[in-house]
Amino acid sequence: MALDILKIRKDFPILDQKVYGKPLIYFDSAASAQKVLSVLKKEEQLVLEYYGNIHRGAHYMADKATAEFEAVRDSVKNFINARFREEIIFTKGATEGMNLVAFSFGESFINEGDEIILTEMEHHANIVPWQMMAMRRKAVIKVIPFSDDGRLEVEKLDSLITSKTKIIAVAHISNTLGMVNPVKEIIAKAHSHGIKVLVDGAQSVKHFKIDVQDMDADFYSFSSHKMYGPNGVGVLYGKRELLDKMVPYQGGGEMISVVKFEKTTYNSLPYKFEAGTPDITGVIAFGEAVRYLNEMDTDAMISYENSLTCYCMDELKKIKGVIIYGTWKDHSSVISFNIKGIHHYDLAMILDKGGVALRSGRLCADPVMDHYGVSGMLRVSFDVYNTFAEVDSFIVLLKKAIKMLGGAKINE
Amino acid sequence: MTIEEVQLEIIDEFSFYDDWMDKYGYLIELGNDPESLNPDEKKEKYLIDGCQSRVWLIPEYKDGLISFRGESDAIIVKGLVALLLRVLSNRSPSEIIDADLHFIDDLGLKQNLSPTRSNGLVSMIKQMRLYAVAYKELEEAGTKN
Repeated sequence: MALDILKIRKDFPILDQKVYGKPLIYFDSAASAQKVLSVLKKEEQLVLEYYGNIHRGAHYMADKATAEFEAVRDSVKNFINARFREEIIFTKGATEGMNLVAFSFGESFINEGDEIILTEMEHHANIVPWQMMAMRRKAVIKVIPFSDDGRLEVEKLDSLITSKTKIIAVAHISNTLGMVNPVKEIIAKAHSHGIKVLVDGAQSVKHFKIDVQDMDADFYSFSSHKMYGPNGVGVLYGKRELLDKMVPYQGGGEMISVVKFEKTTYNSLPYKFEAGTPDITGVIAFGEAVRYLNEMDTDAMISYENSLTCYCMDELKKIKGVIIYGTWKDHSSVISFNIKGIHHYDLAMILDKGGVALRSGRLCADPVMDHYGVSGMLRVSFDVYNTFAEVDSFIVLLKKAIKMLGGAKINE
Repeated sequence: MTIEEVQLEIIDEFSFYDDWMDKYGYLIELGNDPESLNPDEKKEKYLIDGCQSRVWLIPEYKDGLISFRGESDAIIVKGLVALLLRVLSNRSPSEIIDADLHFIDDLGLKQNLSPTRSNGLVSMIKQMRLYAVAYKELEEAGTKN
């Protein structure tokens, strides 16, 4: 079934506007997707009609808010096909999920000399928490490299795994290269050695039909704001038997069972990992984003996004001096590039004034910049609400910017 | 010319361009000025690092005036640097410290100075003022002796 993109765009009213007098072209959904209208309506309804703190009130509004909050847990469980609802932990974003695992898994299972394997293409959010943990636990970090075409060199995993390896943390889709990593293969190999795997799902949760049981990930972390939902809300999926054995991440209300000054006992899952009042409005509104995605024809959406990406990639390749990072075949809807001899920031400034919202700079992935020896990149990312006409306008503007900067010499 | 007069002059020059692309075109022209730093002058100690682009700034203090030379790896930023140098170079420390820099705002280029843009320009202005404060202290120490 073909998607009606113009109808979809109406669900995202923010897209219909001009910036600097030019129609907005939003090519930055990999940083944050726009919010679907039903999410905002839900937030408004909740705040105006029945907001109350969850899990503890003895009144109508608290009960209603609690029921809706917990219903979102069920819909997220179904959305990623988790086995149990208590495997769904609400966080404030994918980053917090990664920090939670690095801390709680680290404190519970990682000892001096143990090893953690990351990849060279990780977002800083899946590097720094592990470094912090490695410092505390005196553990060692190893890295799976990628080749210049962006392919993760998974064949090197065998030589990196030792009897000391405890966990592998890998992005499902790289936020810079757009590469889709073979997480299922990595997980199968890891499990055959008794190693756990955390998958950073920030970029993949909306671009695939995620089935955590089929993938067999031990942990899968993602953010609501990359799937049309509110920012400040995320989900950590973790296997129940693992989460049960892990120490809490933060202490506070909700995560406890009994508090005494001598000894406190903790609440059961998922509450053990949800200290304090969560973003009640955000989580309940996030439920609408999940509903929206459930109602969408996922296959059609993915195939549309892929065709937009391929089209833009082909048009970019026609431009003289273009360097595209991540050309390996398993590609998602992110393209990072540079134009030879022109600074990425100069292009970004001109494109911005032409109404194009894209990302420029180091893309929260310094090791990727170092791999290619560049100070930054430009990144365009596509979502189902983008159009081929937008790609055309972007290419015209990019060519104009290159022409304007044509005499420029790169100084690096 | 005073700092204020130079700022007004720049605003007047830009008033010829009402389109953004033309404004940037002019900044690119300024950025393409061949007068730039030698590669060996681009030392770590002169570097003002930003997430998006880098700026090098070299001060020189002579006869009560501070002159600056600077460059950026991004050409539009280099154009902005050229404008800042035109306004703030060859000034006394007190003039730089007291300067009310409004021209960038008036040109509609203010977003290039927002800290979140991290292109090194905000840090560059701050650094120019810090040099001015340091040289002023030197001056005062000199008069006391």
